[in-house]
Amino acid sequence: VPTVWNTFLTDDQSGLVAGVISYRSDVGDLIHAYLARPEGPGPFPGVHHLPGWDEIYREIARRLADHGYTVLAPDLYCRHGHGQPDDVAAMVRAAGGPPDDDVVADCAAARDWLRALPTSNGKVGIMGSCSGGRHAVLAASRASGFDAVVDLWGGGVVASPEQATAQRPVAPIEYTADLTAPLLGIFGDLDSSPSPAEVDQHEAELRKHGKKYAFHRYPDAGHGFFYYHRGIYRPEAAMDGWQKVFAFLAENLS
Amino acid sequence: MCTTISNTAPVDGAGKGGAGWFPISVVNVGFDHATGSRFEHALLLDFADPDRGPGARVAVELDLESGRALIAALQATIEAAELSGAPV
Repeated sequence: VPTVWNTFLTDDQSGLVAGVISYRSDVGDLIHAYLARPEGPGPFPGVHHLPGWDEIYREIARRLADHGYTVLAPDLYCRHGHGQPDDVAAMVRAAGGPPDDDVVADCAAARDWLRALPTSNGKVGIMGSCSGGRHAVLAASRASGFDAVVDLWGGGVVASPEQATAQRPVAPIEYTADLTAPLLGIFGDLDSSPSPAEVDQHEAELRKHGKKYAFHRYPDAGHGFFYYHRGIYRPEAAMDGWQKVFAFLAENLS
Repeated sequence: MCTTISNTAPVDGAGKGGAGWFPISVVNVGFDHATGSRFEHALLLDFADPDRGPGARVAVELDLESGRALIAALQATIEAAELSGAPV
């Protein structure tokens, strides 16, 4: 895959359309989602991005759309009301986070919504960062039918039974045998959630079950090192990580 | 939202947010990714009225040392208040 960054041709027809839609989750609720898609008839692969609606995630959705993907970013916190993203996240955090069962249902419906588009090429991936990385692994393991999974430093994929909560009763690693899609993982060695030891444990489980995966680790990066609005941003690692993401999506969704 | 560390306590009082004073009924105390401070993770204190929606909160982010200092200051103030005999 050639270098991705800044390789547009100056005379490309590269418009995109973005805005809020709603779709029906597999548990029946209507869910808001931010949709970003290239203009034109396609065919375009779909990517379903998590966890939510902070400004940077909308930007990531548009970035992926700029590179030829139809992106649906569901508002997994939709059931808790609306307001500024950090206020809604605070309310959801106090409630223990979105229940895993709801997340899987919302993601499965989003997968089907993307695949049903007339512009779809039939392929749908799921990608998330932080808690969204955990959700991506969880949803792809419990609901089959995804063609690629990208886990960006998802914390809590590995968890002890003592860490189980009503919302998160089972750690996603327990479903590894059921994962059918190839998995890309991007991690920083300075991260504490997931720690390097937890990434090792996840990798061992994937290997044990003969899963197709690729993990990339960055020694000078911690958690969330793509986030340019935080002090944790590591530009060289982030640019290399983005290159890995685009190469993986191109390989599995084209 | 990576840690799932969160506790809630009922409270009776009021907080001042962007739209002025409003009653508060809970304080949510979490430890997770910071939003407004420079910390990677922080104590997240939200004095809130969930019935008024997600925006009805007064948010504070502190590091752990600051949290301990807050507990000590609260404790000292509560003890002095009780000694003073002044009514709530």
